[in-house]
Amino acid sequence: MTMALIEVEGLRKDFTVTRKTGVLRRARAVVHAVDGLTFSVERGEIVGYIGPNGAGKSTTVKMLTGILVPTAGRISVGGLVPTDRRTELARRIGVLFGQRVQLWWDLPLIESFELLRHMYRVGADRYRENLATFRELLELDPFLGTPVRQLSLGQRVRGELTAAMLHDPEILFLDEPTIGLDIVAKQRVREFLLRANREHGVTVLLTTHDLADIERLARRILIIDHGRLIYDGELEALKRRFGPRRVLVVDLVEPAPPLRVDGGEVVRTDGPRQWIAFDGDRITAAALIAAVTAVAAVRDLTLEEPEIESVVREIYAGRARPEAGPIRGS
Amino acid sequence: MLASLRADLAMARRGYARYAAYPGAALAGIFTNTVFGFMRAFILLALYQQRANIGGYDASAAVTYVWVGQALLMTVFMWGWLDIAVRIRTGDIATDLVRPIHPLRAALGFDLGRAAYHIVFRGIPPFVVGMAFFPVRLPSEIAVWIAFLVSLVLAVVVSFFFRVLYNVVGFWTTDVRGTMMLGGIIANLFSGFLIPVSFFPDWLAAIARATPFPSIVQTPIDIFVGTVSGPAIVGALVTQIAWAIALGLAARWTFDLGVRRLVVQGG
Amino acid sequence: MGDLREGAALYLRITAARIRAQLQYRASFALETVGMFFVTFLDFVVILIIFANVPALAGWSRAEVALLYAISALCFAFTDLVVGQLDWLSEWVRNGTFDGMLVRPRGTLFQVISSDFQIRRVGKIVQGLLVLVYALVVLDIQWTPARALMLAAAIPVGTVIFISIWVLTISIVFWTVDGREAANAFTYGGSFLAQFPINLYDRWLRRFLGYVVPIAFVAYFPSLYILDKPDPLGLPSILQFAAPVVAVVTAIAAGLVWRVAVRHYQSAGG
Repeated sequence: MTMALIEVEGLRKDFTVTRKTGVLRRARAVVHAVDGLTFSVERGEIVGYIGPNGAGKSTTVKMLTGILVPTAGRISVGGLVPTDRRTELARRIGVLFGQRVQLWWDLPLIESFELLRHMYRVGADRYRENLATFRELLELDPFLGTPVRQLSLGQRVRGELTAAMLHDPEILFLDEPTIGLDIVAKQRVREFLLRANREHGVTVLLTTHDLADIERLARRILIIDHGRLIYDGELEALKRRFGPRRVLVVDLVEPAPPLRVDGGEVVRTDGPRQWIAFDGDRITAAALIAAVTAVAAVRDLTLEEPEIESVVREIYAGRARPEAGPIRGS
Repeated sequence: MLASLRADLAMARRGYARYAAYPGAALAGIFTNTVFGFMRAFILLALYQQRANIGGYDASAAVTYVWVGQALLMTVFMWGWLDIAVRIRTGDIATDLVRPIHPLRAALGFDLGRAAYHIVFRGIPPFVVGMAFFPVRLPSEIAVWIAFLVSLVLAVVVSFFFRVLYNVVGFWTTDVRGTMMLGGIIANLFSGFLIPVSFFPDWLAAIARATPFPSIVQTPIDIFVGTVSGPAIVGALVTQIAWAIALGLAARWTFDLGVRRLVVQGG
Repeated sequence: MGDLREGAALYLRITAARIRAQLQYRASFALETVGMFFVTFLDFVVILIIFANVPALAGWSRAEVALLYAISALCFAFTDLVVGQLDWLSEWVRNGTFDGMLVRPRGTLFQVISSDFQIRRVGKIVQGLLVLVYALVVLDIQWTPARALMLAAAIPVGTVIFISIWVLTISIVFWTVDGREAANAFTYGGSFLAQFPINLYDRWLRRFLGYVVPIAFVAYFPSLYILDKPDPLGLPSILQFAAPVVAVVTAIAAGLVWRVAVRHYQSAGG
């Protein structure tokens, strides 16, 4: 049996937290942030790693990248135990933490790249080639000479992405890479990642809250909750089960009791605003809107696509257990 | 009137709570504060190997000065406070402006709450340690204790308005650090925190006494130690009140000027 | 050896880039450099005020204390220039910046130190130099090659001692970020202690901060030798030559503690 690029077996991470229980009294408790994860990722895969806040996503990524030592279990990334061979591994992976700055805050972007080239010992030719590619794909030229702290969020993420890839990493770990970006910027980042995956075989593991990220990028997803893997399989299979459920948000002219419309169900109200869930396979959005406007005066409406968060929430609430979902690995 | 007093109290409670949330940090601070207190006390005591009285202080008064000073250090917080400058830079100050209470008044309430926390948890512990190892003198009269507490509150108020003055520079320039640094240098020396003002050569002492800074540290200490006593205490408190009003007006005026500039330029 | 040279080259490259960036803001740079000068000069003003009241302090004249002060201040100024950014470590641990350093192919201490060089800190060096010049002009030192060598060596050796103490004590933040300020007792406290003759301190404070935390080897012992002054404490004169050994030992201890601390953070933190 050949080894997968990333192998995780029985991975656990406990944290000791102290909680205030009185003026001076404190209680210590052990939290299992990651609790027995087993999965593997093959070279060339793009895997979406999702779950509610605090589910253990970041902790997993930190263990895979060599930041944290696991409490128990086994990790192999590119054949290395991450924390034992931290610097060696660092040369072979690229890491992007969406909201945190990895670049030198007050240096022009191009100078950060120069310094990283030396830090990672990237050869001059390779550096020139890579930089030229990224400049074109991510359209970096307009702000290459700008200090990082003056960049917009979108520009900064493009800069960080370049920084994470200048040394041709085999694996990219992305923690919320598109958070806070506008649609155009998100699109650009996604295309860039797809291309890196297609043309250079870069393996990608990304955590995100944005279903669209997953949809455009990942064929396979891992869902984690309370530190445990609750789904490992094709995105399509999951979507077939939960995807059709969409939500129409209507702002009525006046507050009203929950509307009764065929094919839709009011799941939440807030003053004049109502959330109507419907099954896209049974009724089209247009038909539902017509039905709603027939029974109430509507000021405004928007259509919400199912978000991975709510899918996960539903799964976890037990309303929809993905028991049929194939848990791969082992 | 009552409503706004209640708002002040609420702000003070928030100021207290913000610092009370980090007991570990307080412990580390107490440790460092105490170590510095020891060093400063020994240095001053070395002077008294040669003279019995310097600037009205005997050896016991000198070590008392050191330990009250250590207790006041965090309480008056002269240096390194950039709360308002940060809110100016991030633009959060705009949200403060729409509140019914003037931002400076809210910040003052917050700061008094902070000072209450710091005198109890950062001030008293090192002082108690100092008392155990040095001939520290405590006031024997209740009236002196009361005068000291009044003076302490006034010291925090004067210090607060001084800090506001170096913070509002942020309305005009992004670089507050440099101004704060220079202000802090002058304040550290002239407040009498580093060494008593009465130890200064006469000409330097005269300059120091013409500034508001002794009102921040030296005045409460002098009342505590007893180098200012009797009717002179009233004079000392009146001086503090005068500086509180003068700096308060200056702070208010420059702050409002900065706000107007911000509004005109649209942030 | 090649690794060391390459690391040094990278450090210089990063530092040069940072200096270029900081010089872009000339006004701030000037103001803050002057500020740094006066912040430390204030310590010397206190010494001057003390000597306006007494002719000697624990058996040391004003000029002698000035020499002591200058050596201590210079060592501390160079320390601050090189590792002053360690003051930010607790913040970097808290906000995840340190995690970012763990995924880069270099040592963490190297990255922390090289990440935030502040050119304005040269203001402190200028101040130390001026006081040193003052002390050397006023003092009547019987110069010998050995004394000159002692003075020349005292600065780098003392700097290594201070840097090691700084690295060693700030490591506490890997156990508790709130503990940061405790390190100040040894870093800023150590430099303050060294500015005065250590024979004026009480015995146990002297033993702890002077010898265990080896602050006495930064300025006190070298000054005794340069001034050819009998030790008021009557300690063996061999101690006046021990500073380099002490520096090497503390540096090794600092390196070890840092490694243990980071490893602890990786096991417990997050």
